[in-house]
Amino acid sequence: MWTLLQIELYKIFRRPRTYIAFVAITALITIVQLGLKVDGKEYAAFVMADLSNTLQIDGKIMNGYFVCYVLLQLLLVHVPLLIALIAADMISGEANMGTLRLLLTKPISRTQFILAKFFAATIYTILLLIWLAILALFLSMWIFGTDDMFLLKNNYAVQIENADIFWRYAGAFCFAALAMTTVAALGFFLSQFAENSIGPIVATMSVIIFFTILSTMSIPIFNLIKPYLFTTHMVAWKEFFDVKVNSSNETIRGTIQRPDRLINSTFILLAHIVFFVGASLYVFKKKDVLS
Amino acid sequence: MMQQVIEVKGLTKHFKNITAVDDLSFSVSEGDVYGFLGQNGAGKSTTIRMLLTLISPTSGNIKLFGMPLQLHRREILQKVGAVVEKPDVYKYLSAYDNLKLFARLSGVKISEQKLMQQLEMVGLTARAKDKVQTYSQGMKQRLGIAIALVHDPSLIILDEPTNGLDPQGIADIRNLILHLSKEQKKTIVVSSHLLSEIEQVATKILIIDKGKKIIEGESAQLFDPSQTVVELTTMDNIFSLQQLEQSIWQKNIQPQRENVLVLKLDKKLIPQLHRDLVSMNIEVLSLQPRHSLEDYFLQVTSGNQHVDTFTN
Amino acid sequence: MMKAGKIFLFLFVFSCAMNVQAQDMSILVQKVKAKLDLVNDYVADGKMKTDVAFIKAPVGKIKIFFKKPNLFKIKREHGISVLPKGGVSINLSSIIALKDYVALAAGDVIIDGIKTKIVKLLPMNESSEIILTTLYIDEANLLIKKAITTTKENGTYEMQLYYGTYAAYGLPDKVIFAFNTKDYKMPKGITLEFEDNDKPTEAEKIKGRKGKVEITYSSYIINKGVDNSMFK
Repeated sequence: MWTLLQIELYKIFRRPRTYIAFVAITALITIVQLGLKVDGKEYAAFVMADLSNTLQIDGKIMNGYFVCYVLLQLLLVHVPLLIALIAADMISGEANMGTLRLLLTKPISRTQFILAKFFAATIYTILLLIWLAILALFLSMWIFGTDDMFLLKNNYAVQIENADIFWRYAGAFCFAALAMTTVAALGFFLSQFAENSIGPIVATMSVIIFFTILSTMSIPIFNLIKPYLFTTHMVAWKEFFDVKVNSSNETIRGTIQRPDRLINSTFILLAHIVFFVGASLYVFKKKDVLS
Repeated sequence: MMQQVIEVKGLTKHFKNITAVDDLSFSVSEGDVYGFLGQNGAGKSTTIRMLLTLISPTSGNIKLFGMPLQLHRREILQKVGAVVEKPDVYKYLSAYDNLKLFARLSGVKISEQKLMQQLEMVGLTARAKDKVQTYSQGMKQRLGIAIALVHDPSLIILDEPTNGLDPQGIADIRNLILHLSKEQKKTIVVSSHLLSEIEQVATKILIIDKGKKIIEGESAQLFDPSQTVVELTTMDNIFSLQQLEQSIWQKNIQPQRENVLVLKLDKKLIPQLHRDLVSMNIEVLSLQPRHSLEDYFLQVTSGNQHVDTFTN
Repeated sequence: MMKAGKIFLFLFVFSCAMNVQAQDMSILVQKVKAKLDLVNDYVADGKMKTDVAFIKAPVGKIKIFFKKPNLFKIKREHGISVLPKGGVSINLSSIIALKDYVALAAGDVIIDGIKTKIVKLLPMNESSEIILTTLYIDEANLLIKKAITTTKENGTYEMQLYYGTYAAYGLPDKVIFAFNTKDYKMPKGITLEFEDNDKPTEAEKIKGRKGKVEITYSSYIINKGVDNSMFK
């Protein structure tokens, strides 16, 4: 199993395609950072425009923590597409290349083969997120410094103290890893049903885009199905950035407004992963390799 | 007694409405070079894939090395090396990296030295570090074979190994098969849709068509020269036939095919037949001898676009 | 005629009395102002809490700088501070610093067990930002306990002041500054949040509350000089 995993990782990281995602993320992040470095004040003023009618907000709103939040909001919509590029290719790509039949004539069990491939895709996903964290969080902290975070939610604003933020990002990135692994599991599952990579990649992306649109639109009929879409739960990392307040409306350090939602979403995503991987195993073990 | 390396009984595979392999039984003994013959779509590949667990049979039994395949899959596959159809490998890796990768998966510990030896054997040492995407078809084929052999399997399965190769490549493969069989005492299963390829190497031959066994036997018998078939085309077939029926060749006459007269005789008698045809004033347009197996195979596969390959 | 004379006399006396009372109020305000004038400048440490229904904010450490006549600055040591617009109004001196005004007595009231005089200050200057200020003055100690200011641009503010250690300088230990927050809806699209239908319970709980900023002063450094650059 360990050998298989090593080999899968070796294959992933020897392919040029693997690095597209890393390059894309690097480019996107540095461009946004550059933009915010140059025009950050204007952006902050624009975001805060409505609030400034009543209130005067002083301080470094455009700090590293805030920039990271902006980046995550932007990128965590696109990262699934980059993950699909690899995950949805895991099996279909081998079928397309013709290497699948050679692999499966080797004395390895199909179960182990599938699990090793899935873990490899997961490790790739996690590495991508670590890279995202390095650029979006640590690089932003270095460029913009750190300070309190002032976030606008739908109905209210939240200010989180500087010292109370880092652990939230640690949590948010862990949650994002889970969300992205769900995407990887979906892509991986779909990857079995085709002998070319394009189909499953496009299918995965389509499912995610379609579900995300449903999750984002607030039309009553869609609201009914939202809780059942995994894309709705994928954004639950934002729950880390809402704080409880005491009776005099002071924020309480180290609290999360809705930990129940976070836990709920975590379980729903885990269930999706288990389902997709389980289904992959079931289908793959019965599959006739005809490629 | 020789051990049965492959024993197949009542093997059947349905794909939806199509029966790809139909109640097929055969056995391969240790040391055989087993020629697996059939036109494209006859069920060769499906059978080979079932032997390698790529496809699961609808019904029937497969035993390899005396063990049921489904129950001892890992153990069995450690002793099998295969090239299934095109020898596809990872194009973005070098020959050496590919070989090493698949060697690690074979469940046997393989030394660096052994890997280099293997590449040398197939003549890829000079380009071992180049990416496979720069290789010619023949080089890929040789790499595929190196991969199939790297863990020193006792059973080697080659599915259409000469597909897409030039005459030199085909000759190389033929020589390799003979070498593996004679020098290394391997058991080899080699499939082809070309009899001409198989007849030169195989010790035993199985012909299938539409998933069914047509004939199985020792090459020595199937290629018996006393069973040579001669196809004769003349200016006037009716006159020719009358002449032949009144001659000593009367007992050799076979049912006529289209515009061709058919005789079955010992290969040694062909020169005499030639002389007699001239003396009987039969104007010969062509006289084509084939041994009976080739003739049989040709008939089985008649109407197939590949027939002309045999007549060339 | 006599009757008319009586009425006139009455009116005269009454208006004189009124005048005297107004004079008294001006004097009282002057006295308070004089007391505050003892402080040329100060730097204070403190804590600030912003309590606005739609903002969840932590208590932050602040430094407050003041210099006569009306330079005033709240600096959060680190972090972001949210203040009502026109935050200068938090400055008590800027209210008192009015030059031309009419001070009217409007009765007495007990605040925190202390009898206070209600004084209404009306600026004479048409262009003044302040329309009306009501002061609740502890006459005995010359301390402003409460101030309600109506401005042209930024609505009405209410300040409640609590005194302790620095009462001698007229400097409060705690100021609660209340202001009206308009019904506020976050702009859509900018937040990039998915639609959130169930509002957090706490947001419900604190709804309808007035906006408040609470500043607790822990220590003052008085009349030791403050550089003007601090107010930029």
